[in-house]
Amino acid sequence: MPKITFIEDGGAEHAVEATVGESVMHAAMDNLVPGISAECGGYANCATCHVYVDQAWADRLPAPEEVEEVMIEAAFDVRPTSRLSCQIQVTEATDGLIVNLPASQTGA
Amino acid sequence: MPEKLVIVGAGQAGGDLATTLRQRGWNGHITLVGDEPSPPYQRPPLSKGYLLGKVSREQLFLKPTTTYERFDIALRLGTRVQAVDRTAKDVVISDGSRLPYDKLVLATGRRARPLTLPGVDADRLDNLFTLRRIDDVDALRPQFVPGRRLVLVGGGYVGLEIAAVAAQLGLEVTVVEAAPRLLARVTGPEVSSFLEGVHRSHGVRFRLASTVARVALDASGRRVTGVDVSTSGVVERLVADLVLVGIGMQPNTALASAAGLEVDDGIVVDEFARTSDPDVLAIGDCANQPSAYAGRRVRLESAPNAIEHAKVAAATILGRLQASTATPWFWSEQYGLKLQMVGLSGGADQCITRGNRSATTLSAFYLKGDRIAAADVISRPADFAAARRLVTSGARVDPDRLADDEIPLAEVAI
Ligand SMILES: Cc1cc2nc3c(=O)[nH]c(=O)nc-3n(C[C@H](O)[C@H](O)[C@H](O)COP(=O)(O)OP(=O)(O)OC[C@H]3O[C@@H](n4cnc5c(N)ncnc54)[C@H](O)[C@@H]3O)c2cc1C
Ligand code: FES
Repeated sequence: MPKITFIEDGGAEHAVEATVGESVMHAAMDNLVPGISAECGGYANCATCHVYVDQAWADRLPAPEEVEEVMIEAAFDVRPTSRLSCQIQVTEATDGLIVNLPASQTGA
Repeated sequence: MPEKLVIVGAGQAGGDLATTLRQRGWNGHITLVGDEPSPPYQRPPLSKGYLLGKVSREQLFLKPTTTYERFDIALRLGTRVQAVDRTAKDVVISDGSRLPYDKLVLATGRRARPLTLPGVDADRLDNLFTLRRIDDVDALRPQFVPGRRLVLVGGGYVGLEIAAVAAQLGLEVTVVEAAPRLLARVTGPEVSSFLEGVHRSHGVRFRLASTVARVALDASGRRVTGVDVSTSGVVERLVADLVLVGIGMQPNTALASAAGLEVDDGIVVDEFARTSDPDVLAIGDCANQPSAYAGRRVRLESAPNAIEHAKVAAATILGRLQASTATPWFWSEQYGLKLQMVGLSGGADQCITRGNRSATTLSAFYLKGDRIAAADVISRPADFAAARRLVTSGARVDPDRLADDEIPLAEVAI
């Protein structure tokens, strides 16, 4: 099971076991990682699953498809490493992936 | 003694409330009671990818059942709550057993509004359907055979999504809508006629400003063979192999009213999701809540609202009252077009469009004075992103600049 680490803006880390074939968003949801609300349920409609992929991983993931590229603009505080986690598939190759959660999504 | 929380309704709102409480460290007992056999799932794909056969049943589930076990949330599925006894602080299950609570949350959602015709018992008809639950789609899908004639009563978002799926699967679809245009209550005429055109180009027929006068049944009395539609007093028979009724949803308020809670077009709650009994909360589709965005009470029927309302209720249960400031939004999907709506367009005094030289994209902005109150965006997600910011910030905009496609939306604020 590939491991994914989510790091909250405040520094808290959540290492979870993800399932191949699910999305990084689902891996967070299944493990109750805070900071991803995924209002549209994973269909690139809401940008509330926004994450910053760790720099070292940014080029190792498959590039975003067009639906993701346009929707990412709807997120707050977009950076070059911004991705919609519902559009990143978990594979064996993503074992060890590290993503950071935006401050805007952490509020209680 | 740890507090006991009972949540009635294991849907989007109920499921999210349970997991949000655990996420925030609440350690009371949580029991989530739902009458459907499935764990909490997403309804939006039911009329989209799931009906089309592109999304599997498991993909609908919000979380795998193991998540509830791991986080100590007791799931009681296939279990119907019959009554709430506020004096004893118990909920009564349909088998007569009781479940005590300290805090109770009603997250009972809605049910499809039935078509009422004199002398017809809709429940007894084998080829007349409504669509709210997974089971409804499972019953409907085998009927979606190319060439069959589907009469769809109701041209709201869900109805139009079903029409799109049916047309894509090769059915002959006729939509009967009582209002003179589609989506009349939730969108402007520009968007209505745009969508009507899209559907017509896929072969869907419409009978607008039309109502169902009666249905014709076969000899067994269990199958509809035709739908008599009345348009300006003229009645026409539409031959039907199957009929789908999509005339809206009614909030499930029976438990609340029987328990003496205030109900008025939904279970009435304050901005912290509390009913007239402070130990009983109500969230999601079944609730009638004050909206900071709208400045009045609203009944919202959307997944984002259910998620947001669950957060509000979680904060209340944790003793950190926090009202929502969220702007309502909604999405739909028809023929691969992406429809994204933000805000409530009712009561706007002007509609300004962009991108309407294309047959597959359109952005409609609804203005109240010089502020954008709402927007409907079709397959221009960047416009949606900008519109969401403009609606949320309440920025004043220059209508002339807004109307000019050449000017980026980020530069229309005054
Ligand atoms: C076909 C369809 C398409 C949709 N598409 C979209 C969309 O594209 N975008 C969007 O934002 N929203 C969409 N929605 C709306 C969205 O699904 C709802 O707003 C959301 O599910 C509301 O969540 P809820 O938890 O309040 O209610 P529900 O999800 O309906 O859950 C309520 C649950 O409570 C159960 N229940 C009721 N009474 C009892 C009882 N007495 N005892 C036990 N259990 C009980 C019900 O059976 C149900 O399982 C769609 C809805 C439908 C039906
Ligand atoms: S969950 Fe909505 S865009 Fe990813």
